Amino acid sequence: MIRFLLRRIGVVIPTFLGITLLSFSLIHMIPGDPILVMMGERHIDPEFYKLAMHNLGLDQPLYLQYWHYLVNALHGNLGLSVRSQVPVMQEFLALFPATVELSFCAMLFAVPVGLAAGMIAAMRRGKVADHGVMGIALTGYSMPIFWWGLMLIMLFSVKLGWTPVSGRIDLLYDIQPVTGLLLVDSLLAHDMDAFKSVVMHLILPSIVLGTIPMAVIARMTRSAMLEVLREDYIRTARAKGLSMARIVLIHALRNALMPVVTVIGLQVGTLLAGAVLTESIFSWPGVGSWLINAIGARDYPVVQGGILLIATLIILVNLLVDILYGVINPRIRHAR
Amino acid sequence: MALLEINKLSVEFGSAAHPFRAVSNVDLSVDAGDIVGVVGESGSGKSVTMLALMGLIDAPGRVTADALNFDGKPLLNMKPAQKRQIVGRDISMIFQDALTSLNPAYTVGFQLIETLRQHTPLRGDALKQRALELLELVEIPDAKSRLNAYPHQLSGGMSQRVMIAIAIACNPKLLIADEPTTALDVTVQQQIMELLLNLQKSQGMGLILITHDLAVVAEVAQHVVVMYAGEVVEKSPVTEIFDRPRHPYTQALLASIPEHSKGAERLHTLPGVVPGQYDRPSGCLLSPRCPYVQDRCRTEHPDLYPAGAAVARCFYALDDAGRPTHV
Ligand SMILES: Nc1ncnc2c1ncn2[C@@H]1O[C@H](COP(=O)(O)OP(=O)(O)OP(=O)(O)O)[C@@H](O)[C@H]1O
Ligand SMILES: [Mg+2]
Repeated sequence: MIRFLLRRIGVVIPTFLGITLLSFSLIHMIPGDPILVMMGERHIDPEFYKLAMHNLGLDQPLYLQYWHYLVNALHGNLGLSVRSQVPVMQEFLALFPATVELSFCAMLFAVPVGLAAGMIAAMRRGKVADHGVMGIALTGYSMPIFWWGLMLIMLFSVKLGWTPVSGRIDLLYDIQPVTGLLLVDSLLAHDMDAFKSVVMHLILPSIVLGTIPMAVIARMTRSAMLEVLREDYIRTARAKGLSMARIVLIHALRNALMPVVTVIGLQVGTLLAGAVLTESIFSWPGVGSWLINAIGARDYPVVQGGILLIATLIILVNLLVDILYGVINPRIRHAR
Repeated sequence: MALLEINKLSVEFGSAAHPFRAVSNVDLSVDAGDIVGVVGESGSGKSVTMLALMGLIDAPGRVTADALNFDGKPLLNMKPAQKRQIVGRDISMIFQDALTSLNPAYTVGFQLIETLRQHTPLRGDALKQRALELLELVEIPDAKSRLNAYPHQLSGGMSQRVMIAIAIACNPKLLIADEPTTALDVTVQQQIMELLLNLQKSQGMGLILITHDLAVVAEVAQHVVVMYAGEVVEKSPVTEIFDRPRHPYTQALLASIPEHSKGAERLHTLPGVVPGQYDRPSGCLLSPRCPYVQDRCRTEHPDLYPAGAAVARCFYALDDAGRPTHV
């Protein structure tokens, strides 16, 4: 197991370096002079220009620039936001919990619903339930997030008035931030009304963000289950006189989960991409809308740092998925 | 009363409009403690018959029978929950490919204990104790550490031993062994077969032994059932069949032994192969391959007729000298 872990982590390091290289070169790929682009059309006096060049380290040779960038990045120093002059890392850390909370709740919706739907479809293969479930999954998969979000807001928020339209929590609650996750913080503050408000705010965006992963998980679960149910060891399990529930949940699902876990891991990338849109539909104060705003404002340190951080996160999640995969599948864990 | 009594068991696959009878009107009975050998070329319906008996044929496959009685209880039309108490406990089955028959995600101990938990009142440490006993019973060295092994860490022979341990875990009255050694290395085939037969004797189980190895059948079985294209073509006491086969197909099977004593997958002595879904002839199913075929055989389907001490599905069953009784 230790060997397995070390090998996985060994693979991650070059990937991380590749990403730093990519996000580093971003600033050099901007057409034109980066300082001029960042400062906009304003007139810049040469002294200031020089200072800006120096501050950004752009007056040094490239390899040195990269080296400093890498060392700084490893120390968590990603520069200052051009707009707010606040360190990028600090802004990211302040907003990140909101995105984590939303993504987590989206997966909380997508994983169980997707697994259940896929299993039902596989068990009822070719029957009405199969076609129904898979039809819904396909629709969910091809649903434009923006349209879907607006439809849900129109129905549940505007027409029925069940859920709030936007934000993370009603303005009248003032929760002391501890973890930045409002679900946790409101519980820590023993404020059940605030907790309820957080939950209500989370429902719609979670469904919107979770819809595509849910559909992908449902389809993957179905095909993996169908494959596994044909295996010899399922016949053995049946020959043992085990109950149908035990055969499906213990013998089939465990093996079907192996490809599904990978898919779930890959969905985290999709999720972060989807979060950008979902966050702007629901005015969710997370890193997605932060990044979008930064791109609009040409705040390059933020774009650069944000991309590096998000990509690093995706690598870490994939590492986690790999490890999880090894835990589920003894053959991978024991492979030399 | 026989332990197992099968009457006119049929299994159909395919659509209702174009059905394929993989098994047709099979009669079979096994007495307690007896060994019945089932032989026949690939595709003759041996496995499907046994799977039907175990209740393991899935839709769209259809199983019908006049009787399917085990230990006096009718298995056919039994409620699934009730049948699950018999299958795995009183009847169990081992399969050809042991390596794929064990779940790769669970340890040997888990898969063994699972059966015990399902069918016996044992719980807790007693389960583990019994599992250990069973692994020792099937002569697995270092049984204690094998309990925590995963299937991919076992050899084929070891896996088949584990499968046997699972099958005999609840002291079944009937064990079905479907070519239990075919997938194994030649060197371990004999060990596994010996183990199986020793256990059969010591536990007093009935055993249905499906095999291509006629030599083993001759040695250990009391009765032999020969299947061809989904039908029983001959049923005979073992003392009779090797000296006086009654069906031309049986004769051909026996004649193929010296050429390759192991694995009569295809017969050198008869041209052609077992007819499948699309090339079943009318009349006697063996007629295109039979060396003694007559006009009647091509149009009329024979029943099982008494012939000496056996029954054979042939209008012109062979006489004691092995010649067809043409009129
Ligand atoms: N699920 C199924 N659907 C359709 N046809 C099937 C199915 N299972 C088996 N058959 C067909 O039934 C026939 C009998 O197959 P079976 O597996 O019982 O043969 P067998 O005697 O066990 O052969 P072998 O010695 O190769 O194991 C074959 O023609 C096979 O193709
Ligand atoms: Mg078979």
